[in-house]
Amino acid sequence: MSAAVAPPITRVNPATVRAATDEPLGVKILLVTVSVLFLGLFLVVPLAAVFGEGLRKGLGAYWASVTDPAALAAIKLTLITAGIAVPLNLVFGVAAAWAIAKFNFRGKSVLITLIDLPFAVSPVISGLIYVLLFGMQGWLGPWLQSHGIQIIFAVPGIVLATIFVTFPFVARELIPLMQAQGTDEEYAALTLGASGWQTFWRVTLPNIKWGVLYGVILCNARAMGEFGAVSVVSGHIRGKTNTVPLHVEILYNEYNFVAAFAVASLLTLLALVTLVVKTIVEHRLQLELKESTQTPSGEA
Amino acid sequence: MLIRTFATLGLLTSLTLLGGCSGQSGSSEQGGSGTAEVTLLNVSYDPTRELYADFNQEFEKYWLEKTGQKVTVEQSHGGAGKQARAVIDGLKADVVTLALAYDIDVIAEQTGLFPKDWQTRLPHNSSPYTSTIVFLVRKGNPKGIKDWDDLVKPDVQVITPNPKTSGGARWNYLAAWGYALRQNGGDQNKAREFVAALFKNVPVLDSGARGATNTFVQRNIGDVLLAWENEAFLALKEYGPDKVEIVVPSVSILAEPPVAVVDKNAEAHGALDVAKAYLEYLYSPVGQRVVAKHYYRPVSPEYADPEDTKRFPQVELFTIDEVFGGWHKAQNEHFNDGGVFDQIYVPGN
Repeated sequence: MSAAVAPPITRVNPATVRAATDEPLGVKILLVTVSVLFLGLFLVVPLAAVFGEGLRKGLGAYWASVTDPAALAAIKLTLITAGIAVPLNLVFGVAAAWAIAKFNFRGKSVLITLIDLPFAVSPVISGLIYVLLFGMQGWLGPWLQSHGIQIIFAVPGIVLATIFVTFPFVARELIPLMQAQGTDEEYAALTLGASGWQTFWRVTLPNIKWGVLYGVILCNARAMGEFGAVSVVSGHIRGKTNTVPLHVEILYNEYNFVAAFAVASLLTLLALVTLVVKTIVEHRLQLELKESTQTPSGEA
Repeated sequence: MLIRTFATLGLLTSLTLLGGCSGQSGSSEQGGSGTAEVTLLNVSYDPTRELYADFNQEFEKYWLEKTGQKVTVEQSHGGAGKQARAVIDGLKADVVTLALAYDIDVIAEQTGLFPKDWQTRLPHNSSPYTSTIVFLVRKGNPKGIKDWDDLVKPDVQVITPNPKTSGGARWNYLAAWGYALRQNGGDQNKAREFVAALFKNVPVLDSGARGATNTFVQRNIGDVLLAWENEAFLALKEYGPDKVEIVVPSVSILAEPPVAVVDKNAEAHGALDVAKAYLEYLYSPVGQRVVAKHYYRPVSPEYADPEDTKRFPQVELFTIDEVFGGWHKAQNEHFNDGGVFDQIYVPGN
């Protein structure tokens, strides 16, 4: 121990080397304590509480809540919804970002605004839009009814609402990345005789793959966690039109707190996994951006 | 590699889409013939969750024995006004079991899915059970709340859901109004002042009765909860007498939550007979027993377990017809846009 303490004094005394952002020790301790307390209070404690409450009656009760038929139906519906919404938004998002970042055309800014619209609109309004469109008192409701098609208060409505609220995630992630990368490589490919399609698959897409993945992760997290818009169009039929977040609300309202928190812990786990994957992808994304700005061209 | 990933994703999408479609058509084929499986959707209000979870099992058993047909009853719960709105907007309810007649009237008027005289089709104004409005207070009743007068004291916080979306909240409001009318010899202005003072003490309006109960008990907000009698009993059972207790006011309102078959929806998927039998079964000895077990006052108390019925306190009850001239009048005067409630309730006060 004592041997380990001695060397720093003989080498460089850290206190004599002033960092650019040095503060008195007291301030440092204060700031660190405040941040740690804040993180603890607002992130760690609630997270722990979710699992604590879910496991309060033991693993058996936890497992029973998660494998209850209504819970399984909710999980299945959430997976189906995300399974449809995320791939569609992936295709739309890549297409939109490609058009916006690589081409110039009239109405481009209008398109960007439209893509951002779901971010600006409250999710409840997003849900109501679909009720207004497809509801029995809405524009298309009577026609749909006479053809036996059910959109709202059924799975299609939930999927549509989810697609709407998660629409911007992929595109918003890709547009800045693609703009930063510029169009040089595409021009090079085209000059060398590649077709537009070849250019997209061989040049553009490999350049943005981490950005795409990042957008998909965010999009998926939101698709599975969306509450407001889905709540409006769901109809809350137990075991049929309840997604996981809606099921959590129902269980909570039925005084079934253990089950509510057990099912909520699934969403929390999803969030944690998302966070880890997101961090890894973010790191790769940074590298990609650096490469595209530092090296003039070539090594894609 | 990447191309393959995208192709797989595309394939997955189309598969899920296909799966979704086939699932849809499968469920709509159900119930076409008399003997196949049939599903009923019961769109109900907030505090009936436990009641119908129990009653549905009884009915499913009864129907299978009687007809050999397997029936599955699905449930949707929420504030009564919100639920009525959902049925109007196209939620395919086979039966509605809501908190008050007006919400069912609106569905009949706006959609024509069932006749406007629906309330005459079943006994007791189509209400197989009744309830009333009582107070839930914290253990030991620290604010000493005994009757409606105590709710307008300046240091008392009252929890009630929003009368715009919740049926229970409308009963709460009318019960208070009716009490004030009695105290002041029928003076409507005095009653208005009383209810305005009461709502000054309301810090938050939840959209449904269950949300309000959770606000009061789980989140510990407020001194007294205006609640359905059944909801108050249930909260007492769930949280125990060491947390809350029930206070019965000197006078309250007779709340009649009615039920109705949504004829055209039920007919469209061949469930009209089951839907009718489902509601009639609520009046049967088994139905009445289940109703009383879940703290609703049965219309035929002789069928219920005496242990259950003796829990109900004797309260003087007035009806909405006597005091307010029926739901239509009450709704128009008090709860529609620009009505008395809108005039007296100022949020954030």
